[in-house]
Amino acid sequence: MTTQNNTTIRMSAVNKWFGKMHVLRDIDLTVNKGEHLVLCGPSGSGKSTLIRCINALEEIQGGTIEVNGNQLGKKGANADHIRRDVGMVFQQFNLFPHLTVLQNCMLAPRRIHRISEAEARDKAMHFLEQVHIAEHGHKYPAQLSGGQQQRVAIARALCMGPQVMLFDEPTSALDPEMVKEVLDTMIGLADQGITMICVTHEMGFARAVAHRVIFMDRGEIIETAPPTEFFGTPRHDRTRAFLSQILNH
Amino acid sequence: MIRTFGFPEILFVLEGAKWTILMSLAAFVVGGLLGLLVALARTSGIRPLRIFAAGYIQIFQGTPLLIQLFLVYFGLPLLGVKVELWLAVIAGLSLHASGFLGEIWRGSIQAVPDGQSEAGRALGLGYASRMRDIVLPQAFRISLPATVGFMVNLTKGTALAALLGLTELTRSGQLMSNITFEPLKVYATVGLVYFAICLPLTLCSAQLERRLNAQG
Repeated sequence: MTTQNNTTIRMSAVNKWFGKMHVLRDIDLTVNKGEHLVLCGPSGSGKSTLIRCINALEEIQGGTIEVNGNQLGKKGANADHIRRDVGMVFQQFNLFPHLTVLQNCMLAPRRIHRISEAEARDKAMHFLEQVHIAEHGHKYPAQLSGGQQQRVAIARALCMGPQVMLFDEPTSALDPEMVKEVLDTMIGLADQGITMICVTHEMGFARAVAHRVIFMDRGEIIETAPPTEFFGTPRHDRTRAFLSQILNH
Repeated sequence: MIRTFGFPEILFVLEGAKWTILMSLAAFVVGGLLGLLVALARTSGIRPLRIFAAGYIQIFQGTPLLIQLFLVYFGLPLLGVKVELWLAVIAGLSLHASGFLGEIWRGSIQAVPDGQSEAGRALGLGYASRMRDIVLPQAFRISLPATVGFMVNLTKGTALAALLGLTELTRSGQLMSNITFEPLKVYATVGLVYFAICLPLTLCSAQLERRLNAQG
């Protein structure tokens, strides 16, 4: 299963510092095509930083990152190339408030793939329909609920035809009643077989779609296991401590 | 012979107003373009550019407009550039405007949340597109009140050109006051004309703000 061509992301010995803080320590991680990963861990454990390194939103100080065979260069060289293959969804949605939902989705394909307005519109509508929000295409982000905005953000990323989707705590900024609609959208995506890495504490989601759950603490990957094993028989003390904190309340 | 402040005199004042409007417009356009460059330099990732822009802004904010106008008018010939008075005044006003607008827009660009530019980067958009499509439109909206406030000030600041001898609105007022001996009437008229020039600016900006805010 782990043949060379099947590998989408390969991180080897990745190290990152914020000033004197060592936030990622010797991260080795290989993600296969179509694989769904859930990253969890206490706040400050480096999980968001890890996925932000994959699309070069953060610079790394050591090691290598490869996406679809393209190696990310030092100082973010090659970054734009890699970002076109990697879609990202943020905790705070980060929709463009001065553009309508449709325009949010059309901007990057128009500028980067240089497709016609009509084609970009068709594509945007296709993905907005997929996340069940096409009827709001003419509205501005501020006129939508948080859950709706996050679904637009997912559609916006999909419009670029990414090979990999990164989710950085996509439901953490949402009101509780809106979490489900976003998770359902993500489960729908997972069913289509796209590669995804998701930083989340939604353990139900992890059980439902993850092939592997990764637990991080203080910049290190502590444990990696399929969900049944991860939740059933966690090997590491720190994992057990973390799980007892988030599961028993 | 003492003239009364009648219709021909008012026309003369209005003729001066033409210069005031022309100078203001030219300074908005040229100063605005330069100011955009200054703001982009001030927020760029390249350190020498940032430092240069910071110094540039400091110089134009820290010295009086009148001195800047004098330096341009009397300084350019020393550099071997012979310019007409009105051109020197427009150059001076534009430089002045670029410093102030550069700083106003620098603040507005930085007031746009980082997440916006980051979302653009994550989509693979380059610097030019991130600025043009994402950051600047939002920064423009944030900067609108301060920008218009500065434009109004600049329009009134063109009065200093009178001291270099350019017959704009204030100078034509002086001339009319000298031949009519009715300074109160004349300067009240001059004040009204300035007001009439600045009012549309403020009104337009208020309307634009309402329109932009309607997007929520």
